[in-house]
Amino acid sequence: MTFSPELEARFARMIGNYPPGRQKGALIPMLLYAQDETGQITDELIDEVAKRLSVTRVEIEEVLGYYTMLHREKRGKHHMQICTNVSCMLRGGEELWEHACGKLGIGNKQTTADGSISLEEVECIGACSWAPAVLVDYDFHFNQTQEKLDELIESLRGKQ
Amino acid sequence: MLLNQPHPLETRVLTRRFEYPQAEPIWVDEFIAKQGYEGFRKALGMAPDEIIEEVKKSALRGRGGAGFPTGLKWSFVDRKSAKPTYVVVNGDEGEPGTCKDRVLLEHDPHRLIEGCLICARAIGAARGWVYIRGEYRKYIDILGKAIEEAYGRGYLGENILGSGMTFHLSTHTGAGSYECGEESALLESLEGKRGNPRLKPPFPASVGAFQCPTTVNNVETFCAVPDIILNGGEWYHALGTPKNGGTRLVCLSGHINRPGVYEVALGFNMKRLIEEIGGGVWKGRKLKAVIPGGSSSPVLTADEIDIPADYDSLAKAGSMLGSGATMVCDETTDMVKLLARVMKFYAHESCGWCIPCREGTTWLAKILKRVDEGAGMARDIDMVDQLASSMFGRTFCALGDAAAMPAMSIVRKFRHEFEAKTGSVNAIVPAPGTQPLVVL
Repeated sequence: MTFSPELEARFARMIGNYPPGRQKGALIPMLLYAQDETGQITDELIDEVAKRLSVTRVEIEEVLGYYTMLHREKRGKHHMQICTNVSCMLRGGEELWEHACGKLGIGNKQTTADGSISLEEVECIGACSWAPAVLVDYDFHFNQTQEKLDELIESLRGKQ
Repeated sequence: MLLNQPHPLETRVLTRRFEYPQAEPIWVDEFIAKQGYEGFRKALGMAPDEIIEEVKKSALRGRGGAGFPTGLKWSFVDRKSAKPTYVVVNGDEGEPGTCKDRVLLEHDPHRLIEGCLICARAIGAARGWVYIRGEYRKYIDILGKAIEEAYGRGYLGENILGSGMTFHLSTHTGAGSYECGEESALLESLEGKRGNPRLKPPFPASVGAFQCPTTVNNVETFCAVPDIILNGGEWYHALGTPKNGGTRLVCLSGHINRPGVYEVALGFNMKRLIEEIGGGVWKGRKLKAVIPGGSSSPVLTADEIDIPADYDSLAKAGSMLGSGATMVCDETTDMVKLLARVMKFYAHESCGWCIPCREGTTWLAKILKRVDEGAGMARDIDMVDQLASSMFGRTFCALGDAAAMPAMSIVRKFRHEFEAKTGSVNAIVPAPGTQPLVVL
């Protein structure tokens, strides 16, 4: 399995960041960065990372079942995460979530038919003072309203 | 851009380099021009014990939530060990309501690097990692760039500033887990494993990252250190109260006119914080409740907040200062719904390692959901209290306590709201359009 030269350089740096013989420390960052490039964690990717870090497949399955950002399924071109935890809820996060589901015609952890946007209801994303907040891929969108969310969805569809 | 307009009642130490609106991070040249790395230069001329003594004098306490004295924590690190010692920064920032570390990471990343260097000098570490939650990729990249700059200027690497000291620092991304904010779970995660907490003792000071002596501190804690060394522990201590030195960031959120992250002296009055700095409750409404230290801290009612916001005063009031996340609830807030939402979070984030937490949070979430939806029974109210009370103090790590504390306090202080949502008899009352629920 091959990755972009930038990612290969990052992997080489990452592995060097942990003590000798402890390169497994790079496992979770490697999986996340690889997933960013390939879109999802495939069997092939698991085998590749297992080989590079000298870990077993089951050690990788263990962390895949634990960390919410790592996923085996394919997601939309853009992944929209809406926070409904307390600070966001107090400022309309739940209504925003319902609105997004209606607007996109999908539910939690589903993807639009055209594959452009997937949706997830998430726990606190650390944007509490700028609530309600939405995270699209790694971009934060603060102080959201239903109108602003409509515009955001349109711009994401346009970006394809 | 996360900065809010500075408020005259703020005391700016951590945020003193910020110039509103501070569109760009403070990169190395600007940092050095504004006294950057001067605290570290001074520390290079001090013995490790002198550094620790200065931090002890400052009465700096951990800003992640537990409030443990930082100098004491550093003094526990086993420096005589034949193994290397490590510095680990906790930037997991998962406690609901907390959004302060990101402000420091985004605007003044070199401050954190300088804090790590001083700690490394004190505990004899040559390696450190900054563990940051995965959602904060933008800030991981900013810190990554600052680390590169620091290597380029000789502040990181080998023979730092000709002193003979070696220190390497790198970022490490998380991948979505609240539990990884618990320091031993964070260390497991750093080693490439599931974020399950470790049995303590041994504490990380003797057996930490990769089985070596380690200190783990919050981002904000490390960021406070450069000014402590530069101006002295006593100077920092005097900014706060006798047992609570310095300043800290507070995150105002919820039903408030000016939500934002502000820096105040320890012991600043909580009522004034909400009314004067935060501009009071929004929409001209009255205050109902305040969650003073993240969603795991016990709730305070409107008439309980005229107190100094420091670790000891909050503890005396039956709550905790926690991570400084102050969530404001106006008079229209449905406290049953709020607690049900809080519990949904803890049930989702429980790592499942120990049974009281895994089962306790799951059942509390189920019971609270049915009470919130009008399908609960009168006896559910006491059941929530009893379940939370029996979970408290009996779980492997603090996540169980974090779930139990809001449950016990909200049920006790707002019992009438729960009673209004449940029938007076212990009968199963299905909510309109739902199936009857199974009783415990």
